[in-house]
Amino acid sequence: MTETIVELKNIRYAYEDKIALKDVNLSIPRGAFLGLVGPNGGGKTTLIKLLLGVLTPQQGSIELFGTSVGKFKNWSKIGFVSQKANTFNRGFPATVKEVVATGLTAQIGYLKFFSKKHRDKVKEAIELVGMSEYINQNIGDLSGGQQQRIFIARALVSEPEFLILDEPTVGIDTENVQKFYELLGKLNHEKKITLLLVSHDIGTMTSHANGVACLNKEIHFHGDTEAFHNLSEQRISSFYGHDLNIVTHNH
Amino acid sequence: MLSQFFEFEFLRTTLYTGLIIGLIAPLLGTFVVVRRLSLIADGLSHVTLAGIAFGLFMDKKYGLAVLTPFTSGTIFSIFGAILIERLRTVYKAYQDLAIPIILSGGVGLSVIFIALADGLNNDLYSYLFGSVSAVSKQDFNTIWVIALIVLSLVALFYKELFMLSFDEEHAKVSGIHSKSIHLLFILLTALVISASIRIVGVLLVSALMTLPVASSIRIAKGFKQTIIYSILFGEASVILGIVSGYYLEIPPGGTIVMVLISFLIITTTVQKLWLKSQRKKAIV
Repeated sequence: MTETIVELKNIRYAYEDKIALKDVNLSIPRGAFLGLVGPNGGGKTTLIKLLLGVLTPQQGSIELFGTSVGKFKNWSKIGFVSQKANTFNRGFPATVKEVVATGLTAQIGYLKFFSKKHRDKVKEAIELVGMSEYINQNIGDLSGGQQQRIFIARALVSEPEFLILDEPTVGIDTENVQKFYELLGKLNHEKKITLLLVSHDIGTMTSHANGVACLNKEIHFHGDTEAFHNLSEQRISSFYGHDLNIVTHNH
Repeated sequence: MLSQFFEFEFLRTTLYTGLIIGLIAPLLGTFVVVRRLSLIADGLSHVTLAGIAFGLFMDKKYGLAVLTPFTSGTIFSIFGAILIERLRTVYKAYQDLAIPIILSGGVGLSVIFIALADGLNNDLYSYLFGSVSAVSKQDFNTIWVIALIVLSLVALFYKELFMLSFDEEHAKVSGIHSKSIHLLFILLTALVISASIRIVGVLLVSALMTLPVASSIRIAKGFKQTIIYSILFGEASVILGIVSGYYLEIPPGGTIVMVLISFLIITTTVQKLWLKSQRKKAIV
């Protein structure tokens, strides 16, 4: 049986009296490439914060690699990529190499320094995302798509087994979004990294991911991509609470 | 011309102190600038002034030699740093409000202590604008101990300080103790400010932390290079400023800052010309 990487059971979370998540059950097996879709305010970001241990659920349990999230210590097994390409300080004087190296800071630990082994890991991660020629460039000089690759390299450098990406393609042009998904496919197939991708771009995502979960306070659907495509548009719209156009990309 | 600086002990002490602060002020200043906290240096230097005024007042009224103005300034600076952090959590939505509160509080207290100590005197003037003759042997000893503490802590926590500066959210999610690291950073800033005040003065200490970085950031690639260039600009300005200040009989705070401003003009012009030539090359 495949190992379960993430197991959420009966999760409930509310901000003051506003319910963000209720009765959420979700399990992600090793090797999955799961797309998480849902409307704004549907609880996607809350779910990620719960997974990362930033928030604690008011009800239910979360297990990461078989350990309860409160007791989980091995955070370097989990990588996280946020929407940073849009929000970080573009004038910050840091090279690609320096930014990617911060992905190792927590793993190396306090009062210890970078060694040659760490520097090699940084180079490898940058190579993996195809950005080697930019290694000594300032991150602010790169395009949005290139910056997002660097943030992925930062998440990959600690060699995570599970990678969470929160709307990573916002603000990136179509051509680069395509390349970005190819990179994710490579990580999933070749590096055997389990992926959880949060996106509102259902069309592009479902043509790359192998599973889809729809979240609007509750999990309305969780199955493989084919089953998702077979759902009636009416049903999908009902998760969202409004009409929705889904453009399917066929490759 | 420089021979006098090696002949007189007080000038030697001043120059050595200058070299120390020319290193630590831009080093910490780089973190301050990239975190967009440049005004914190101003806030803290005014709290330090209150401490200095308090020390002068105690000295005048009670002749307490134990607490020199420099020591009381350092203590006030450290408390000011902790207070700023406190206020930043109280006013979560208006974090920059902490700085004017601390700054005006510092000036207010200074005015009171100065009045109680019977007004402005020469000593206070040198604290405001810096002086080439004010660094005592005792001050010098304290300053290099502060420098040692600052340098070793920055070296030990460099990767955490950098990570927190670049992406606070990522640092938190990765399990870095961001609050403790931030407190460490702000305390180091307070120490650097109190160490620098003898030479550049209360009013211009933030300039020695931020102006070298303003020049460096225009031409450097990466964070380490930004630090190195900042230190080079800092050291050059301190040497030129102290020497010219001594011969022109001007407080070195003024000359150091003017040297830094000219560096800023030069680097900005050079960078613009370089960009222009690159563009021309691209067209050809």
